[in-house]
Amino acid sequence: MSIDKDKIKHISKLARISIDSKKSDTLAKDLTSIFKFIEQLNELNTDKVEPLSSILNTPLRAREDKINDGKIREKILENSPKKNEEFFVVPKVIE
Amino acid sequence: MSEIIKKNLSEIIDLIKKKEIKSEELANLYIDKINKSKKLNSYITTCFEHTIKKSKEFDEKPNFNSLLPGVPLAVKDLFCTNGFKTTAGSKMLENFIPKYESTVTENLWKEGAILLGKLNCDEYAMGSSNETSYFGNVINPIAKDTVPGGSSGGSASALVADLTPATIGTDTGGSIRQPASFTGTVGLKPTYGLCSRWGIVAFASSLDQAGPMTKSVKDCSIMLEAMAGFDNKDSTSIEKKKENYSKNLKTDIKGLKIGIPKEYRVENMPKEIDELWNKGKSILKDLGADIIDISLPHTKYALPTYYIVAPAEASSNLARYDGVKYGYRSSKGNDLIEMYENTRSEGFGDEVKRRILIGTYVLSSGYYDAYYLKAQKVRQLIKKDFDENFGKVDAILTPSTPSSAFKIGEKTNDPISMYLNDIFTVPVNLAGLPAISVPAGLDKKGYPLGLQLIGKTLDEQNILNVAYAFEKNCNFKNEIKNWWL
Repeated sequence: MSIDKDKIKHISKLARISIDSKKSDTLAKDLTSIFKFIEQLNELNTDKVEPLSSILNTPLRAREDKINDGKIREKILENSPKKNEEFFVVPKVIE
Repeated sequence: MSEIIKKNLSEIIDLIKKKEIKSEELANLYIDKINKSKKLNSYITTCFEHTIKKSKEFDEKPNFNSLLPGVPLAVKDLFCTNGFKTTAGSKMLENFIPKYESTVTENLWKEGAILLGKLNCDEYAMGSSNETSYFGNVINPIAKDTVPGGSSGGSASALVADLTPATIGTDTGGSIRQPASFTGTVGLKPTYGLCSRWGIVAFASSLDQAGPMTKSVKDCSIMLEAMAGFDNKDSTSIEKKKENYSKNLKTDIKGLKIGIPKEYRVENMPKEIDELWNKGKSILKDLGADIIDISLPHTKYALPTYYIVAPAEASSNLARYDGVKYGYRSSKGNDLIEMYENTRSEGFGDEVKRRILIGTYVLSSGYYDAYYLKAQKVRQLIKKDFDENFGKVDAILTPSTPSSAFKIGEKTNDPISMYLNDIFTVPVNLAGLPAISVPAGLDKKGYPLGLQLIGKTLDEQNILNVAYAFEKNCNFKNEIKNWWL
């Protein structure tokens, strides 16, 4: 798989990372060589192999659905880059 | 400079227990050397006021029954520490002050340890040389132009420079064992689920594990004992009783079967590493172990598998950095989407972006089966390789790394050659197994090299014992000249 600038544009849009056109060239080159490396896996026939979904032999534990913390609004808001009283502030989304 | 801080953790603990040194005196010795060692760039944050306050409290009311009584310790800056900056080596979290404590660090403090500071690492633990850190690269005290390895590079550097008596790192693909090998120290990646991941900045959740980095195998067993334990807050934490690794440490390995996988003899591997591997085999053989040749046929596919699984999980984990709830936020952008895009573009470094993009691509519509599903299938085969062989052998001996510490800048322009550093360490993460790197010798440049012992699931005690027996008979000595002072 060769990765070109259009593909970089598409993926970076999905990943919400803006990439300028100069960086895009280097990234296309790097990702092409990385995918060439990754695609060694195609040498293996895995038709009859079950994908490994968890390394643990036991299913994930579920906890009871009840509140075990709370009343930490002030603390949580302290790290927000932009806030207004008890709200996170984002750029305007509705005209 | 005091001789005390050159000692191993276990010796330091003895001195404290015998009241030959006070916690505060010890803290001051480390603080003094940390202040003189800024050139190494191993610390991102220090919190000496806190350290002194806590060590005074310890000295006033000492509890000598804990595992780490009044011992000052620094930790990798990937562990959230309540009230102290936690950056993950990224601009994105440059000013992030957690309001909670990671379970693993909390366990250390409960055992009497005291925070000295936070140690440099590759950005979001993505790197093998500590050169991707936003706070600059770290110097390996072994030689001033070499990297300490990564991603727990600051931890390895600080440890070997006597800037902390022991430390902890995280290992997603080799991030504890490779820097341990590069600095002539001991590093252990526990079984997936043994140490809680709660409060550790997430990279690849199915691979990440925290583990100890120490100057000796005994120290390693003490630290592991302190860190490990079931945690309700981590859904993948294993429910089991705490083990006394340090008390149960023994050197008798007679009759143990040690596997030697032929696939780890890779092309272009330096002759010295092969020789060291042979030396390891003969030491263990002399101690009464049976050396058995084995095959792990899918070894060469471990790295390509890793470079699908880890970026895929990273792209999903790092989606949370959006400039809204915490972390960096760009001032540019006319709407919400542009704010996200600029925040993530300015806040993440090149390697992190590269991995997010790889991960986004392999999970994107139309490519999932070809990449992610394929990788999960090969991961199954890699795990099966180990499962089948652990019927025949008790542990596996391999080199830790395909080279000794390399020069700063040597591999930064070629991602693949950087990734190849983890060729011997990555399979273990994919299979969720425990593995320890122990120093084994020096190459002709005088740089340390390590050997890796891989164990069965939850068989940490066994690999610690083999490593302990090996250490006692290997006579490895690290020569640190303190050239930076």
